[in-house]
Amino acid sequence: MLLLYLSIPEWLRKLIADFYNNFIAKGRFKNYILKGLGITLLVTFFAVLLGIVLGMIVSIIRATHDKTYHDMTPGFLKVILKIVNTICVVYLTVIRGTPVVVQLMIAYFIIFASSNNKVLVAVLAFGINSGAYVAEIIRSGIMSIDNGQFEAGRSLGFNYIQTMAYIVLPQAFKNVLPALANEFIVLLKETSVSGYVGLMDMTKGSDIIRSQTYSAFMPLIAVALIYLVIVMLFSRVVTWLERRFRNSER
Amino acid sequence: MNADDQNKTYSHLIEVNNLKKHYNRGEIKALDGVSTTIDKGEVLAIIGPSGSGKSTFLRSLNLLERPTSGEILFEGINILSPGVDINKLRMKMGMVFQHFNLFPHLSVLDNMTIAPVKLLNKTKEEAEVDAMELLEKVALLDRAYAYPSQLSGGQKQRIAIVRALCMHPDVLLFDEPTSALDPEMVGEVLDVMKALAKDGMTMAVVTHEMGFAREVASRVMFMADGRVILDDTPDAVFNNPDNERLRSFLAKVL
Repeated sequence: MLLLYLSIPEWLRKLIADFYNNFIAKGRFKNYILKGLGITLLVTFFAVLLGIVLGMIVSIIRATHDKTYHDMTPGFLKVILKIVNTICVVYLTVIRGTPVVVQLMIAYFIIFASSNNKVLVAVLAFGINSGAYVAEIIRSGIMSIDNGQFEAGRSLGFNYIQTMAYIVLPQAFKNVLPALANEFIVLLKETSVSGYVGLMDMTKGSDIIRSQTYSAFMPLIAVALIYLVIVMLFSRVVTWLERRFRNSER
Repeated sequence: MNADDQNKTYSHLIEVNNLKKHYNRGEIKALDGVSTTIDKGEVLAIIGPSGSGKSTFLRSLNLLERPTSGEILFEGINILSPGVDINKLRMKMGMVFQHFNLFPHLSVLDNMTIAPVKLLNKTKEEAEVDAMELLEKVALLDRAYAYPSQLSGGQKQRIAIVRALCMHPDVLLFDEPTSALDPEMVGEVLDVMKALAKDGMTMAVVTHEMGFAREVASRVMFMADGRVILDDTPDAVFNNPDNERLRSFLAKVL
């Protein structure tokens, strides 16, 4: 047994000890990395949902304004559209003009200072942040659809909302799917700043391990690999989706 | 025609009075006082040089273009008066575009059935039976499950025509339906339009096909600078043009 142990080269022996120390001792991998991964995925998932809902609403308001405001007959509706569009523009400008980590801290330490639910605050902060980018992506998709599609829908008797829902948005979504997927990849990785408000996400988990074991290599590389694998899996799903959409037209 | 239709009293299917469309606070007059009528079963060909306002006029009829002033009576209702449900009226006015505007994300059959199903509350089956019948008429039954990207230009335009017909409109508006087609495909589309005219479909056609206007139209309207210069039978317009502008236009296109 001792012979076997001595036959292992010194550097490998150190690596194994390091591995044991960082991941297995005191259940560190399970308690910090895996639990953190759960938080990371949870926050990402609900932030994506919130981002899509917000992005859809804002993009449709913005596109409707850009497309129809000029030709609208003056009246109550026109005033309302102007007001909500202005609100949307302010939202986009503020969110896209400030760093997400600053927004997260403002959300946690100022706006929701009374709340102790860090996950909820993170979902709101990342979701509201993502919504701004999603809105601009979908808006560019809507604006890229030829106006003839709108006119064809309207000429059949569809109203504006029906034309959007049945004709324009399905095409717009297909066109922007790669950009949307990219936004969600960015979002997943951005949640790694959650540690700033003390949320125990995966990156924060690796940080805690490092502070206990004084070794940075193992926990950081492990976390990096996990992010990478998730992103690669997700990209595969998106590629498959894209191909399916494209096949439906050939 | 059902009893409901017969009870309505209007002298023309469409009546246009002094229609104006101005841009830039009146600097540009796309339509400068157009008046005309379209009766049931009539085929009105609208001709004229580019920029004469003929497309603007046609697109005003279903309010894809909103006129600045004037009156458009469709089945006795002024569609420009506030409170008119334009979507309801558009269901009765089919439109065919220069660039087809088929929905690329839907199959041919879905292109044709989406509006009747969503707007006329037909079942999917009813709408498909109807669509198949129309597809047979334009000899495209075998393309029912194809997507627009798989069709030739002529096929696309024939599908666009039957898509509009699926709503069983009272009038069909054509905005230069053959201008985007390769020359060898113009014939197949015009044939469909001729067959429709023969069946008594009311049609307003903006066109550069003088042959079609001469043979099929019951009336030809010549426009220039946003005004109607001449509105008469094809015979009077083509065989004896005593108007200088019309003569010079015809000399260029014939």
